[in-house]
Amino acid sequence: MKFQHLTILAAVFILGPVLLTSPGCKPKNIGSAVEGDAAGKTYVAPGKYDEFYNIVSGGFNGQISVYGIPSGRMLRIIPVFSQFAENGWGYSEETKPMLNTSHGFVPWDDSHHIALSTTKGEHDGRWAFVNGNNTPRIARISLSTFRTEEIIEIPNSSGNHSSPFLTENSEYAIAGTRFSYPMDNDGANPDVSINSYKENFKGTVSFIGINPESGRMNVAFQLILPGVNFDLSRAGKGKSRDWFFFSCYNTEQANTLLEVNASQKDKDFIMAVNWKKCEELVKAGKGQKQKVRYAHNVYDDKVHSATSTIETEVIVLDPKQFIDQGLVYFMPCPKSPHGCDTDPTGSYIVGSGKLAAVIPVFSFDKIQKAIADKNYEGMYDGLPVLKYDAVLHGEVKRPGLGPLHTEFDGKGFAYTSFFVSSEIVKWNIETLEVVDRVPTYYSIGHLSIPGGPTAKPHGKYVIAYNKITKDRYLPTGPELTQSAQMYDISGDKMKLLLDFPTVGEPHYAEAIPASLVSPKSVKMFKIEENQHPYAAKGEKEAKVVREGKKVHVYMTSIRSHFAPDNIEGVKMGDEVYFHVTNLEQDWDVPHGFAVKGSNNAEILIMPGETCTLKWVPDRVGVIPVYCTDFCSALHQEMQGYVRVSPAGSNVPLKWSTGETPEAGLPSK
Amino acid sequence: MYAYRCLTLFVLMISLVHCTSKEDAEKAAKTSPSPVEAAEEQPEVHGTPVGAITLTNPLNKEWVAQGQAIYDTKCLACHKLDATRIVGPGWKDVTTRRKPEWVMNMITNVEMMLETDEEAQKLLEQCLVRMPNQNITQAEARSIYEFMRSNDGEK
Repeated sequence: MKFQHLTILAAVFILGPVLLTSPGCKPKNIGSAVEGDAAGKTYVAPGKYDEFYNIVSGGFNGQISVYGIPSGRMLRIIPVFSQFAENGWGYSEETKPMLNTSHGFVPWDDSHHIALSTTKGEHDGRWAFVNGNNTPRIARISLSTFRTEEIIEIPNSSGNHSSPFLTENSEYAIAGTRFSYPMDNDGANPDVSINSYKENFKGTVSFIGINPESGRMNVAFQLILPGVNFDLSRAGKGKSRDWFFFSCYNTEQANTLLEVNASQKDKDFIMAVNWKKCEELVKAGKGQKQKVRYAHNVYDDKVHSATSTIETEVIVLDPKQFIDQGLVYFMPCPKSPHGCDTDPTGSYIVGSGKLAAVIPVFSFDKIQKAIADKNYEGMYDGLPVLKYDAVLHGEVKRPGLGPLHTEFDGKGFAYTSFFVSSEIVKWNIETLEVVDRVPTYYSIGHLSIPGGPTAKPHGKYVIAYNKITKDRYLPTGPELTQSAQMYDISGDKMKLLLDFPTVGEPHYAEAIPASLVSPKSVKMFKIEENQHPYAAKGEKEAKVVREGKKVHVYMTSIRSHFAPDNIEGVKMGDEVYFHVTNLEQDWDVPHGFAVKGSNNAEILIMPGETCTLKWVPDRVGVIPVYCTDFCSALHQEMQGYVRVSPAGSNVPLKWSTGETPEAGLPSK
Repeated sequence: MYAYRCLTLFVLMISLVHCTSKEDAEKAAKTSPSPVEAAEEQPEVHGTPVGAITLTNPLNKEWVAQGQAIYDTKCLACHKLDATRIVGPGWKDVTTRRKPEWVMNMITNVEMMLETDEEAQKLLEQCLVRMPNQNITQAEARSIYEFMRSNDGEK
């Protein structure tokens, strides 16, 4: 946050007062900003469903959260890169492998951008993708189970910010490096001086292949590129579908005090990549194989478990070696472009120079012509730079301060967020005229229109994800909730409808009609299809098995008891694995499982699923276990005991449910 | 604890009373098409009433075996084969106490039974745990009934 404030200061200082045409950082007249029928437009009556799912990145919480639109009600938190003690994600034996990386177990990340899968440029409601910014990763989340199904680490990458945006038919997800650095080649990060940046540091963009049936990802190939910072990106669509566009800053190639040193040049770049040609060259075997190490983690909801595999090879393509093929072109773009967004037709590419006084809009047709005419203004690190005037459709003049991101309504209008002047500005893509502006409270980052980045926006609302909350909600100490705001865009003028709090710190989000997702929602897992090696499919299979120091408890849960619920013969020094199978086959009946003093977590087991909690007893005694998810009127009765005896004791291993001592006989 | 249970039961009863009937749901679906319906239209084996069943003799051995396999996975945790009640009633003599369609509706259509059938409501008061939907088809429920007959000594 501090960094951004400094950036603002820098921006104000550089751009001067000429741009202060819009409301300042803290808009006035907050009370009057909401008009009469806002409540009616966001009210979703009890028992009714929202019209859209809003899939929202969690920023520093490493998760995804899901909201209903227009109500703003939170529906779900999906753990992705971060451990989640409430349901055991990243703690259970089955899910730990999901967080494995080449650095070992990394149980957190910084998740910035959502990309929902598309077919022919339109939402298909199959998967959500999200990037891990810190330890470069992309995750794929099923929109049927609302679970993370796959996480792939990106080799030769640092700071996976320009990610995970998708090509038109979700052929590829993209991963572009925010930090250039000396590459991982052969697994050894070269030990070079940091100030040898210009000589040794490189950036990459990686194309992550997506299997059209299963969604399975693979690192298909990467381009090795000049050492700049790739910020954001979007694929083309329609006529530009074979291209991918990236915003680049720090073309100065500074390695220290970037807020000053990376803001020197009048123009940085939008980079255009012909990914189709790259793909052809790779298929023709023109890429170089490099030795790397990266983790590929896959969750299988038949085995109810994840596996992690370390991969060791990547195919790298250096576009400088294929100048004649025309793989990569740079286009000058005013001052440190952040957002790089393509309109629904694929004709226009909007670059948002966050320190710029204009929004440049590039024309795909003109880009093609400039390429054909070799209309270059020079070369950058061996790659051609197209002439600005030759590729420009036009500039939106004096739009506001600090433009960041642009979404589209499908009716010929673009909506750009302005961090510094804290507003959303609506403008006409063809004429480049500003037609409306509304204040946001406060300092908007990303914005989202349902279907806004696709070929077929659903329109209706624009949602602002604000960076500053200040006085919008009841204070909760130094840290406040994050603030999203929703505006009606169905008319000529944008109208503020709703504030709703969000968790983590959302960056980008997408919204999708519920009708594309809800019919496919999984209600439970069929017990017959459970292939977990430790499943107990019915109480007859409940048992306890000792394998040396390991004690495997095959346990079942159903409303409202565990089998077994009395276990004896566990000893100090043992590792106990509770493999709990939920025998329920109805919707919304998970069971929980928790052990007193467990240093691990609790687990939630969905109907038909098996989930494993590892427990290492720390003391001799009788330890209670119980269900943590209120399951029935007798939930408080859903409990049991494990007796832990000293190491070397001769208490035999035994287990039972419903066995009571015979009358008159003292139990041992 | 007792007061607490009563309260839970009360809440449960209220929610049952307020459940909309299938016709209501269908009517609502016709008048207001929305994504809501889509989720509700998911094929689910549960919820179709079972009509009168004609039993045949001797028992269908295949059904008995299939019924027992389902029992082991999905029923045994709550129902003993003798007369003792654990979570639900023991199955001994259930085929003389109940009609086959009553049993099959309890397995495949518990919502309707708890709403309309006095015997089912009484059982809920005794057991306090709703008979769960175990995602069993009518054909599977029929085989379970055959297994119950076998358990009751029919040949």
